[in-house]
Amino acid sequence: MLCQECQQRPASLHFTKIINGEKTEFHICERCAKDKGEYMPGSNSFSIHQLLSGLLDADQPFSSTKNKKVKKAQPELKCSHCGMNYQQFAEIGKFGCANCYRSFEEKLDPIFRRIHGGNATHLGKIPKRQGKDLHIHREIKELKENLKKQIEEEEFEDAAKTRDQIRSLENNLQKEEGA
Amino acid sequence: MSLESFMKEAISPWMKNKGPDADIVISSRIRLARNLRDVPFPMAGDEKQLEKITEQVDAKFAGKSHVKFGELELLKMKDLKENEKRVLVEKHLISPNLSNESKAGSVLLSEDESLSIMVNEEDHFRIQCLFSGFQLDEGLKYANDMDDWMEEKLDFAFDENQGYLTSCPTNVGTGLRSSVMMHLPALVMTKRLNRILPAINQLGLVVRGIYGEGSEALGNLFQISNQTTLGKSEKDIVDDLRSVVTQLIQQERSARETLLEESKIQLEDRIYRSYGILAYSRRIESKEAMQRLSDVRMGIDLGLIQDVKGNILNELMIVTQTGFLQQYAGEILTAEQRDERRATLIRERFRLESSRELNDGGGDT
Repeated sequence: MLCQECQQRPASLHFTKIINGEKTEFHICERCAKDKGEYMPGSNSFSIHQLLSGLLDADQPFSSTKNKKVKKAQPELKCSHCGMNYQQFAEIGKFGCANCYRSFEEKLDPIFRRIHGGNATHLGKIPKRQGKDLHIHREIKELKENLKKQIEEEEFEDAAKTRDQIRSLENNLQKEEGA
Repeated sequence: MSLESFMKEAISPWMKNKGPDADIVISSRIRLARNLRDVPFPMAGDEKQLEKITEQVDAKFAGKSHVKFGELELLKMKDLKENEKRVLVEKHLISPNLSNESKAGSVLLSEDESLSIMVNEEDHFRIQCLFSGFQLDEGLKYANDMDDWMEEKLDFAFDENQGYLTSCPTNVGTGLRSSVMMHLPALVMTKRLNRILPAINQLGLVVRGIYGEGSEALGNLFQISNQTTLGKSEKDIVDDLRSVVTQLIQQERSARETLLEESKIQLEDRIYRSYGILAYSRRIESKEAMQRLSDVRMGIDLGLIQDVKGNILNELMIVTQTGFLQQYAGEILTAEQRDERRATLIRERFRLESSRELNDGGGDT
């Protein structure tokens, strides 16, 4: 089998990527692999971050040089807090600071989805002290969903209770914001 | 130092408790990644900023008494000798990364070593709880407690939609890595594991060797952990892992039964040969030692070997690592010296077992 990159040398590295059940196979020669900076499993310096940077860099880690030029023409995303730019982030596979999440926001959702099985929104713990309001917001959101269900199922007594709960939570929030 | 007192120091107190399903699940671990809101992550931060974090931790948490974990002690990487750091790595209390590459790295440890908080590893904080046996819920509960305790005094980087912000996008959201270390010799021997592993990977879980990423599965020990950290609650992540681990435990038990029924004599032969080698060899490499210990451990679990206690594998797999051997010897050893020391240590430990048996065996049989 010939290397799919250069079509000259025999492919010696065979690499299968499975993301969300989608299988992609690469067959390339060692030199092309080195040029791409993509390490194959089994080589010592292979790490999750290198594999990851392939994901962050482009849709196709083995894209042609043409695409690279296009990318460079785009305005550069840069974090105002730590100074890291998107290209650096894509190479290292790590953020420089919490603010990077804001700075690179537009590009992150698809990346998160690819890494985390299609998910991009946090559903877990909220910090107790800092996230006090968030807790209430989340509770209100849940109650509103309940309310909708209760109305659909014509459980009006319960719905009235839920509505009162929502009101009182919202009042609390407003008081705090006013204070 | 006598072997007994060395062992006492070498084995973390939490390891001595026998948790549920301890014959197959060696330990359960919960890790939470947390970062400060206003300081660049350790990779991008400069040493002074990071040094300040360690100072803050020292002032706010070290020496303070916590309800569950007691007093916490802060160890700075720069104050430790090479071998001391190595020993901490071999006890799974710190990562090789913190030991070798961190800027201003340190670790906050509880007395029983079931809690360690790495400071300035990949993230500012890595809260880790270790429990013996299959105890993921306990681990999560205590890690959460510790997280709450720290959050009272520190501003963590948190976003409503993205959750806890971490240096690596693979940890964002909950920052939770839950993992269990399992001893699966029968699934390896019957080659059933090869069929199970791909299915596990499809569920968003990862299987690795005992020293984490890229390490080999020595002694039939496997670490299974969640990969997804975003879009699921902590409880769901732990529940998913638990359901897979529960199935693996059943599979391993049934594979052991099959082996006993269908090839008992081969199994016994293998176990007793390994026992003989451990009890009498004069030199043994770490890889072989782990394999032999795994055999003997299975022999104990199956009731084929009765004069040795089950926790011997847990103990010996830790203390026959390079760092511990050097600590016991009190000097740096060459690979050949280590093989010799390792064999001696194992022999002595086995002898200790049989003499203990003689001493306290009279009463209860």
